[in-house]
Amino acid sequence: MIEVHEVVTQASLVQNSLVAIYSAMFVYALAFIFFTYDLARRMSDAKQVAAPPAEALVASTSARPRAGGTAVLDRAAALGVPDVPGIPEDTVKPKRSISGRLGMIFTVMAWILHVSGTVLRGVAAGRVPWANMFEFTLTATAIIIGVFLVMQFWQDLRFLGAYITGFVLVALGVATTNFYVDVVPLPPALQSYWLVIHVFVASLGTGFYGLGAALSIIQLVQARREAKGLSGIRGVPTAQRLETLAYRLIVVGFVFWTFTLIAGSIWAEHAWGRYWGWDTKEVWTFIVWVIFAGYIHARATRGWRGSRSGTLAIIGFAAVVFNFTIVNIYFHGLHSYSGL
Amino acid sequence: MASSPSSEQNTSDQNHDPKRPSDHFDSEVPDASEVTQPRLGFVGYLRFFWRQLTSMRTALFLLLLVAFAAVPGSLVPQVTSDPNGVIQYKAENPGWSKVLDFLGVFNTYSSVWFSAIYILLFISLVGCIIPRTMHHVAALRSQPPKTPARLDRLPGFLQTEPVALDAEDIDEGIVAARHVLRDARYRTRMFDDSASAERGYLRETGNLVFHIALVGILIAVGIGGGFIWTGQKVVPVGQSFANTLSDYDSISPGRWFDADALSPYRLTLTKFVAKYDESNSTDFGDPTDYTAYVRTQVPGEKPKNQTIKVNSPLEIGGTQIYLLSNGFAPIVTVRNPAGKVVYSAPVPFLPQDTSLTSEGVIKIPDGLAKEVGIIGLFYPTECGDGTCGAAPHSVDPRQINPVLTMQIFTGNLGLNSGKPVNAYSLNTDKLKQLDGRGTGKAGISLTPGKTAKLPNGLGTIEFTKAIHYAGLDIHHDPTQYWVLTFAVLVFLGLLTGLFIPRRRVWIKAVRRGGKVHYEYAGLARGEDPRLDDAVAEIARRHSQLLGLTIRP
Ligand code: HEM
Repeated sequence: MIEVHEVVTQASLVQNSLVAIYSAMFVYALAFIFFTYDLARRMSDAKQVAAPPAEALVASTSARPRAGGTAVLDRAAALGVPDVPGIPEDTVKPKRSISGRLGMIFTVMAWILHVSGTVLRGVAAGRVPWANMFEFTLTATAIIIGVFLVMQFWQDLRFLGAYITGFVLVALGVATTNFYVDVVPLPPALQSYWLVIHVFVASLGTGFYGLGAALSIIQLVQARREAKGLSGIRGVPTAQRLETLAYRLIVVGFVFWTFTLIAGSIWAEHAWGRYWGWDTKEVWTFIVWVIFAGYIHARATRGWRGSRSGTLAIIGFAAVVFNFTIVNIYFHGLHSYSGL
Repeated sequence: MASSPSSEQNTSDQNHDPKRPSDHFDSEVPDASEVTQPRLGFVGYLRFFWRQLTSMRTALFLLLLVAFAAVPGSLVPQVTSDPNGVIQYKAENPGWSKVLDFLGVFNTYSSVWFSAIYILLFISLVGCIIPRTMHHVAALRSQPPKTPARLDRLPGFLQTEPVALDAEDIDEGIVAARHVLRDARYRTRMFDDSASAERGYLRETGNLVFHIALVGILIAVGIGGGFIWTGQKVVPVGQSFANTLSDYDSISPGRWFDADALSPYRLTLTKFVAKYDESNSTDFGDPTDYTAYVRTQVPGEKPKNQTIKVNSPLEIGGTQIYLLSNGFAPIVTVRNPAGKVVYSAPVPFLPQDTSLTSEGVIKIPDGLAKEVGIIGLFYPTECGDGTCGAAPHSVDPRQINPVLTMQIFTGNLGLNSGKPVNAYSLNTDKLKQLDGRGTGKAGISLTPGKTAKLPNGLGTIEFTKAIHYAGLDIHHDPTQYWVLTFAVLVFLGLLTGLFIPRRRVWIKAVRRGGKVHYEYAGLARGEDPRLDDAVAEIARRHSQLLGLTIRP
């Protein structure tokens, strides 16, 4: 009887967890829409700025009360722009964008659902919620969003919202449709406290790398605009500032990744009797580590700052994603924990 | 003014900055005249080459090359980690495999080209850190640099409101400056009207420890390779294993392996317990725990009862023993027609699926009229009720309805040829099959305790029961703790090298128009997001101490 009871509660926990995750995806989707809208507005504002500034300033300020300026006004109204386009951010304090703020609110709501779903999953399984690809995706994406939200205290990162929520939405979509597995007991090789440490720190590293790479992407966009003499996207820091932010995140990611490598080796020694065996998963974790060591060096090498090192960061994160998806699913190795 | 009016910003200070390759971001751009040297002698070329090899750009290039060169080894199975995969791959792509074989791709990580890249990288690394270490050791004993002439262009610049002060007050102000700076753990140097301070030497120490420990890992792994040996032994329940060379099923010794140095312990597998998931309907029968109960005996000590599990190896006699596999070993007894036992032993079978359908081989070279080879299949729970289709298979990894089926072969088993043979396979090419599939005669099928006649009057075979066996890996790696130590140093060095800020701070009294004010500024060596805050904090403390106010 007791066992039957347990099975029932476990099933309902799993069910609730999934409901929370699906709801989170729905709310992320809302956040994504608002962020995208916000970003589109910033971009179009920046385009306006690209016009000769003096003229734009005169045109827009004088156009405001008059009919002659309808083109500009309509456009502004249509886009829901409360402030006048064409005035660089420095001249006029940017009004808070409603869409950006809504995006942020929805992200927080979605994140709470996301974390609840992940925790419920852990409770249902009676262990940490990162023992297979489905669970790892839940945890790692929750960390990405978590770091994104915490970063807001230091730096307004709403311009990244569309990218981040979009990425997480896709990741959760793939996880729920392609990676989903029921809660099952751990096979003996995974029964170790190293699972708790090693895999969690790996997800932390993934989270920081992911956000760093996102900043690097925007950095490249900004740098191109700056190189063409255009003004940057409104409300987005300069390419150099973005690079510094990306660097700070990636360096933290690198520390976590280094720890993951070391902890993984210790675990491998316990479970498989050797700390390093060039298993495919080990190889790719190593490759990622070396790429980011290269990134850190590039930042210290004359001629390699800026877009070049930014590109390396993006390649590095691409390797992380590759390591997690393609390597787990298609490559053979000892790390067959995908549960698929 | 005591502080020297040196170059305007005095930001780059050869003696005090950590040493960096000339193409480091913080290094000064070399003069054109220096770059286009007129003619290089042999030594000149060597020096030029060395400088290239130890430059940041080369290090970066080699790092990226290592990452890139590691890729093929993950796409193609490797001899070391997946030998069967290699055999299969070669069978499937015979032509292409020849090319890969030639390039050493099946052994990527010990191939000539991969080794060449990382050895170059480490030469570059050593060439880079030796001068930096010497420089840093000198810097650790040196005083902070002189105060720059003007602070107002430096980061974090702040100043107090000017007040009327005499020379004695200024002296006091500078003593207070030293006090504040020392409190904040700066190394401080005093001048007449200024204090110059630096902190965070640990940043460079950490960076050097990090790089040196990387070299340490490489050396420890390199040396370890010669001392490591790994052996395998399959032990059925009730049987023993003695740590002597002859008792291993297989062993792969390092270069400096010494069989006499094996410590003579003995281990008996007293019990093996495999637990399977019985609650979950979707994954019914998945393993949840394996435990090998062993009794160990080290000479001169009392025997001990211990356990080996998948994630917890047993340490004994300088070796680690890992539980890497397990399965069933049917106990089989063969008698000749006269009833004399010619073979009796548990035979470890290899699991073929998750329900532990297992396959094994029994070889009987002597005692019967002919050499006999037997291919057996063991089903812990044979699906015997006809609901599972024609082909017999196991539906549960536990023994609920155990069945052993066999096909009998006769002919030369090749055991006397001197060549090593695989105990788990039987080459049937030159053997004659007497029964089972394709012969028209039914094969033998036994349940525990039953006996059957061998075909052609060869004798009888009895299946007593099936017991568990444990597949043990025995390792000896005297360097692995060295590797671990260096890895921990890598990690600690990384933390200090990245997160301890190296910064200089100056406090300076400036006279202007009969009044005096204090100026504060800092300078970061390397990434330092909190420099401005740090200078502001020092300025706040110092001005408070003197009762001055900071000009907003
Ligand atoms: C085995 C290959 C190498 C790896 C994995 C590696 C990794 C790293 C990492 C992670 C850092 C930043 C951490 C810290 O500052 O403590 C760093 C910094 C540095 N590395 Fe390496 N490195 C390697 C080889 C080299 C070589 C060959 C050189 C010399 C050319 C070099 C010169 C430097 C320098 C000068 C810094 C400081 C950068 C700065 O000023 O911020 N490294 N390295």
